Amino acid sequence: MNKPDVRFDVMLPLRLGAQQRWTSDRSSGGSLFTLRTGAWLLAMLVTSVAVAQVQARDSNASVLDLIIKWTPLLAQGFGFNLLISALAMLLGTVAGLLLGFARLSLLAPVRGSSWIVVQFFRNSPWLVLLFFVMFLMPFEFRIGALTVPFPDWIKATLGLALPIMANFAEIVRGAVQSIPTAQWDAARSLAFSRRQTLWQIILPQCVKRMLPPWMNWYAILTMATTLASIVGVSEVMTVVGRVTAAEGRTDLLIPIYSYVLLWFFIYCYPIALWTQRLESRFAER
Amino acid sequence: MPVRPGGSCGVDEVAAWFKWLHETSGIKLTIFYDSYDRARFLKGFATTLELSAYCLVLSMALGALTAWLVESRIAIVRNCANGFVQLFRNTPPLVQLYFFYFALGPLLPKVGGMPMLGSMGWAVVSLTLLEAAFVAEIFRAGIQAVPKATTEAAQSLGYSRSQIFRLIVLPLALRVTMPAMTNNLVNLVKTTTLAYAIAVPELLYMSAQIWSEQVNVPEMMVVVLISYVAIVGVITQLMHWLEARLRVPGFGQ
Repeated sequence: MNKPDVRFDVMLPLRLGAQQRWTSDRSSGGSLFTLRTGAWLLAMLVTSVAVAQVQARDSNASVLDLIIKWTPLLAQGFGFNLLISALAMLLGTVAGLLLGFARLSLLAPVRGSSWIVVQFFRNSPWLVLLFFVMFLMPFEFRIGALTVPFPDWIKATLGLALPIMANFAEIVRGAVQSIPTAQWDAARSLAFSRRQTLWQIILPQCVKRMLPPWMNWYAILTMATTLASIVGVSEVMTVVGRVTAAEGRTDLLIPIYSYVLLWFFIYCYPIALWTQRLESRFAER
Repeated sequence: MPVRPGGSCGVDEVAAWFKWLHETSGIKLTIFYDSYDRARFLKGFATTLELSAYCLVLSMALGALTAWLVESRIAIVRNCANGFVQLFRNTPPLVQLYFFYFALGPLLPKVGGMPMLGSMGWAVVSLTLLEAAFVAEIFRAGIQAVPKATTEAAQSLGYSRSQIFRLIVLPLALRVTMPAMTNNLVNLVKTTTLAYAIAVPELLYMSAQIWSEQVNVPEMMVVVLISYVAIVGVITQLMHWLEARLRVPGFGQ
């Protein structure tokens, strides 16, 4: 008797739309936002300020006044975070593009070694990489008679660019490989060189696919810039530490931390929303 | 019967070799020959694993609960669950940790002169909440991936709602979420390094103590990086093995 030729995959289909979401990184956001989240944070801030206000002695300045007083300094710190994130993203993207090309190289040794580099930087914690760069790089470079200083924040930027580089390399590789191979063959038959094919035909199509995950990584990077405070760069968390130390008031702690959380949320959340919108728009086509 | 050298002998030989390495090349890996440093390093390693394990178990439970609440029929419950997920996904984990440890920590009542939750406790709380937000999303996606036709088929076979969830949806959804869970677990282990900032004696913290005392920063750095890559590698392999073991033939790819 013949075995019945029943394929289970026919019986248990899987929704592919959902499947694709898990292959992307954890950062790919959920689609369930209501503006209430922001309102929530705001409510938390207001409540904590109100509670602190009630508890405050008459002689002390109110918590709200303190927060307003320190806002310019905090804004400066936050601006520094944004600067670091932008520079690290730029560096990471350029380096990641090159590393991604190396992953696609026709030469096996280049492919293999770049695989090791990617795995290494993707799988080690950001903070450890940051320490690595902070401690092992010189604080100044000598080029002939010229001494180029190499301040902490530039080193932190480099340290944060490393994981971005490795992750972006994977995005590049994935995007290039998602373009049908027939296009490579067609370009070859039209006498395009491999480089020309990559730059003029494949990459322009990849930009669209790479953009949403790239934006995701930017949001993650922005949140990770706070790590720089641990290694002594005076960004917003360092400023918060100094402010609370200077004021020496325990009732300021919850409001001020909520305040900083709110800032990050306001900056990162629209990026997450925009990413989702782009993702779903590209998925439709 | 020939007597094999005991376990300690092997350790001594390794220690001797690393001592020799230090004397000849200057590469100072004290964790292999200094018993105090070795104990500290191993404790750090164990703490990292312990912290990860606590957060893994708790965040799975809390994440499942959140995934369930997100689908609630009561609007306010749904919104709170959504708010929780979005809040923790879109704010820096380090600021969350500081918020818990520095802002909420002092508010807890003290038990016998000691704070109720130490730095380890707060690290578990903070990382659990962060991970739960991610796990909730993964679960939700997994449950949605089970086709409606499958649940309808089960319904027509007389399964009750809870039976469908327990026997049909959950087993399929869990398998579907495996790759994302692997990713998440790796990220969890990497995120435990943040606990350094509030002085939890985990791998990075202990290593930092060792390298600041022994002044062997480059060597310890490399050791730390290799340790994390090794932990992550083992986890990835284990999860792949588990995924292969649990695979339903024909389901998925």
